Amino acid sequence: MAVPLSLAPAGDAPVAANAPSPEYLAWRARERRRRVWILATQVLVLAAFLALWEVLARTHVVNPMLTSYPSALWPAFLDLLRHGDLVGHTWATFKATLIGFALSMGIGIAVAAALWWSGFAQKVLDPFLVVANAMPKIAFVPIFYLWLGSDYSVYGMAVAIAVFVTIMVVYEGFQAIDPNKVKLARTLGASRAQVLQLVVLPGSVPTLIAALKMNIGLALVGVIVGEFQSANAGLGFLILNGSQVFKLNIVMTAIVVLGLLSGLMYLAIARIEAALARRYA
Amino acid sequence: MAAVLRESADARSPRVELRDVSLRYFTAAGETQALDRVSLRLAAGEFVSLIGQSGCGKSTLLSLVAGILQPSSGDVCVDGAPVRGPSPRVGYMLQQDYLFEWRTILDNALLGAQIQKRDLKQARERAIHLLHKCGMGAFLHHYPRQLSGGMRQRVALARTLVTEPDVVLLDEPFSALDSQTRLAIADEVVDVLRGEGKSVLLVTHDIGEAIAMTDRVVVLSRRPGRIKSEHRMVFGGGQRPTPMQARARPEFNDYFRTLWDELDVHVEG
Repeated sequence: MAVPLSLAPAGDAPVAANAPSPEYLAWRARERRRRVWILATQVLVLAAFLALWEVLARTHVVNPMLTSYPSALWPAFLDLLRHGDLVGHTWATFKATLIGFALSMGIGIAVAAALWWSGFAQKVLDPFLVVANAMPKIAFVPIFYLWLGSDYSVYGMAVAIAVFVTIMVVYEGFQAIDPNKVKLARTLGASRAQVLQLVVLPGSVPTLIAALKMNIGLALVGVIVGEFQSANAGLGFLILNGSQVFKLNIVMTAIVVLGLLSGLMYLAIARIEAALARRYA
Repeated sequence: MAAVLRESADARSPRVELRDVSLRYFTAAGETQALDRVSLRLAAGEFVSLIGQSGCGKSTLLSLVAGILQPSSGDVCVDGAPVRGPSPRVGYMLQQDYLFEWRTILDNALLGAQIQKRDLKQARERAIHLLHKCGMGAFLHHYPRQLSGGMRQRVALARTLVTEPDVVLLDEPFSALDSQTRLAIADEVVDVLRGEGKSVLLVTHDIGEAIAMTDRVVVLSRRPGRIKSEHRMVFGGGQRPTPMQARARPEFNDYFRTLWDELDVHVEG
């Protein structure tokens, strides 16, 4: 058996000294303090913002009819929860976002794979995709309402906003695969489908994750815009409805819930990314 | 009957044969004659290297034998049968390892077997055996990023051999390695390939590597690639020396000078 060169595998943790030196401990303590300070300052910034909002509204420097107060949001939140079906509205938005997200990911990857498969189709469709992507999709809201009805136009908007940019990003990821990896697979006799399955798709996982992150945000935008126009449920509906009857408490509460929802969905994607990055990065 | 014919064919006809092979490329900028009436034979178990300056069509020639390019004219045959596309009989080792970073070392070595839909259980055993032989037995479940360049290229060799090709094409397989690693790994690769009885076609820039590793060195002219001359590497003293030993032989320097003159290198400023 041949003896491998004495090149240790890279990427392992550096060998730790037996006892950490006082300098190292001091450095660790400094790093910990720094993290605490960052967190404390973040909390402080948020608190200052809320305090300023509260004070300005209460002293009527800004019109509380237009801005509401932070302290009014909690009662409004509880009221919405008990009598306004806040959970139902949040669920409707969440569900529509997930469906729109899944649809635009699925359609986006399938179309990108088709474009990768047929260079001719890619060349033909390229300018159309560019225009479709550049088009302000909000313009389609009334059209989708007429075509798809009040229930499905929300999904339609989510897909319309997210799908074109997904196609383009994923296709570019497919193109960025090292051509020599494809050549290698071909010398081993791989068919086009095998190259797609064994090289292009697994090699594009980082791109696909980037597309996921982008997509979840865009799908949410599409859903909210769709709900403005057509829905009778969802956070977008709540925001529009609240503003029409001048109940800014409802509007602000719905916006805060929306912010939390989008943050949570983004965190979920980040979790998936971290799990995949260990293998694919 | 067929078996008898085949056996006698094996004995007489070369493993790889190129007859009057020409290749032209077309691009928007114009056409390029890459190879011009190249004829070359490679016997079973023979190691042949191709040297020549950049752009002389060396790698193109390998792509023809691998079946990923078709010649504009002439024939490329493996065991007397014309090459129509990639075949399991021919293995190709590229300039870099191109290991897939999302697969373990063992799964990387199994890529060819998976593509060719072979019995994966058997292939797995063979891959483990080959990886052990290449000194990578301790790293079966590591990922490529955890390995050094030399170790990665060993895995690439095992990946090439798992599908049991008769002919192995090496396209500057060590060019991405540092000079000490490439000397050490050349010995190992030749050892493994000779042990497996493969026919080898090596493309290299490195005259020393060509002399040390192969039985015959073919010099290609500048574009369009034509065969300029062929040189048999004969070392005295019975058994063929290992690449490292060959470098220490007096013949090595003679061959080196001859091939250097043949290459007719001009440094272009």
